[in-house]
Amino acid sequence: MQRHPAAFKENAAEALLDADLQRALGLAESGFGLKRRKAMAALPEFDALCDQATAIKDHVLDHLDVYLQRFEKAVLNSGGHVHWCEDAEQARQTILALCRSASAKMVTKGKSMVSEEIGLNGFLEANGVQPVETDLGEYIIQLADEPPSHIIGPALHKTKDQVSDLFHRHHPAIGYPDRLEEGEALVGEARSILRHKYLQADVGITGANFLIAETGSTVIVTNEGNGDMTQIFPRMHIVLASIEKIVPTLEDAATLLRVLARSATGQEMSVYTTFSTGPKRAGDADGPDAFHVVLLDNGRSKLLGGNQRDILRCIRCGACMNNCPVYMAAGGHAYGATYMGPMGSVLTPHFAGLHAAQALPFASTFCGRCEAVCPMRIPLPKLMRELRSDAHSARLTPARERFWLALWLWAAQRPRLYRAISSGVLRGLAFLSRGRGRFHWLPLAGGWTAARDFPAPQGDSFLAQWAKRRKPGS
Amino acid sequence: MPPASPGQKNVALFVTCLVDMFRPSAAFATVKLLQDAGCIVQVPAAQTCCGQPAYNSGDKAGAALLASQTIRMLIDYDYVVVPSGSCAAMIKHHYPQLLADDAEMAALAQAVADKTFELTQFLHDVMHYKPVAKALENITYHDACSGLRELAVQAQPRALLQTLVRETADGEMCCGFGGTFCVKYTGVSAAIADKKLDRFSATGAELVLGGDLGCLMHLAGRAARRGLPLQFRHVAEILAGDVTAPAIAEPEK
Repeated sequence: MQRHPAAFKENAAEALLDADLQRALGLAESGFGLKRRKAMAALPEFDALCDQATAIKDHVLDHLDVYLQRFEKAVLNSGGHVHWCEDAEQARQTILALCRSASAKMVTKGKSMVSEEIGLNGFLEANGVQPVETDLGEYIIQLADEPPSHIIGPALHKTKDQVSDLFHRHHPAIGYPDRLEEGEALVGEARSILRHKYLQADVGITGANFLIAETGSTVIVTNEGNGDMTQIFPRMHIVLASIEKIVPTLEDAATLLRVLARSATGQEMSVYTTFSTGPKRAGDADGPDAFHVVLLDNGRSKLLGGNQRDILRCIRCGACMNNCPVYMAAGGHAYGATYMGPMGSVLTPHFAGLHAAQALPFASTFCGRCEAVCPMRIPLPKLMRELRSDAHSARLTPARERFWLALWLWAAQRPRLYRAISSGVLRGLAFLSRGRGRFHWLPLAGGWTAARDFPAPQGDSFLAQWAKRRKPGS
Repeated sequence: MPPASPGQKNVALFVTCLVDMFRPSAAFATVKLLQDAGCIVQVPAAQTCCGQPAYNSGDKAGAALLASQTIRMLIDYDYVVVPSGSCAAMIKHHYPQLLADDAEMAALAQAVADKTFELTQFLHDVMHYKPVAKALENITYHDACSGLRELAVQAQPRALLQTLVRETADGEMCCGFGGTFCVKYTGVSAAIADKKLDRFSATGAELVLGGDLGCLMHLAGRAARRGLPLQFRHVAEILAGDVTAPAIAEPEK
């Protein structure tokens, strides 16, 4: 797998031949689908809840500056610090400086897609700080040296057998000699290894699902409790979050939480929902001595005024990819980017540039299921179509496709000519098919016949036959 | 345009590129159904394409040219009927958005959109038509995505068929056609088709019906390549009781 979005087609071809990946995707597809449908069925007001959630985020995006400043003030009031970072480099440097100020050799990390977005792990390692991922999925792919293949299930591409092998390759050196096969045993081993890390870590880094303006709180949801241990034990807690994660009030956060878990895993609530407000206060039993929020823009504020603004409502539930036929065939790594599936195909061109990532908005059948399941009502096909349009206008699409499109358009505006050409081609094809009904191969149709037979036409076009029938009488 | 007798509606058949070129039998079946339902059927001779391939390829200006041409051609009819959910949705949903910047064209687009219907939707919801019941066994139905999600076409073909449809698991899943997607990302498209075809096979059905020829040609072509014993037809042919033409991609008898 090549880790850049221009390689989508080659990556997808490789993915389709990977039997383990296909098995893992098959399990994920049926599992996610079933759980989400059950959760929907159990909550008749889910649609109304989605409307509310959408309205909250739209309101926030209209007043993002106001709420961000309110959030900063509340964080400062609770004894924390806020660092505004325009791009990935600034965020990396800020976090490194914070780690150095805590003389950190090792940091534990809760799951954070924004940390993937800024390439934090590689950067910290290169600068002498060892990051340890504590979410089980992230822990697995860190061992495997792979990026996440799904925003909520980073190791979704791996089968249990592959995880057994992976652990057995890495864990004997640290005192775990046996190859384990049961899921529970594998989880147990990872937990016991991680337990020591939580206590040794100098800094804990987490992401945030929401930032609450009125209280200055950051919110994470996990199913393993790893996020809590990451942020409570070390002396310093750094929260890395992008600016659109803000919501005005605790009440708003509650509304979004009700939508998030149901859309993501089909749970009513994640097992742990953790609110963090500032460092440990006098009298608190535990918590970090220092609390820092690193706020990342990385191009998001540029999306506010444009035709892609709706993507900023995204709460990273993953429902769009769980219901995407393309994602479920090709897997997340094929996208060659931090974010994958429909939401990734919209976001990646803004991070990587449309020139580098234009294959992605075209990697959709426009089946519309992503939009139908999106709890934040993001019109994903429309956003991808806008990106296709931008790519076309900037002449980034392949010259060959542009040529055929232009020629076809020219003819389609000339009905008589269009009819004459299609009649000629159709009658030719019908003759060549000699009643066999289909072609195994056709010139200029390799994109079709590489995988399918091409159905032969029945003879002349309907319009030509209709005109002929009408002539004698009319 | 010949005058309609009172109560009779002048219906323009917008036949779509694929039905026009590859499945005239479905077009004639559509004409018969509309006539049986009491409509006067007109086939505007100047029709070419709704512009969807350009629209989804990112060429909005090109799509707008074809949209305007199509709208002017269709504006005077009582109804426009399209034997395809995807082309109907293009006219019904996307034309008004595509032409939103030009107030005059946008108004015309909305007027045409309001009277445009997918075939089964029109027969069932507008004409309240019931075709003569035919006992059919072993059929399943492919709900093409645009019709399903943009036009809510799902119950109508089943009601018109008046027969038990063997439903597939997760029937709302895409078949992988996606217009130009199917030739741009052939491998992924075929992989998605395979999932869908396996689900059709699992129902025990022998005949797959659908309202969108793009999906049907893609599925029939893939099924033929894999040697699967499934047949594919446009639903209009079954509803009109005309199955003289071989099924899609099937040889002549």
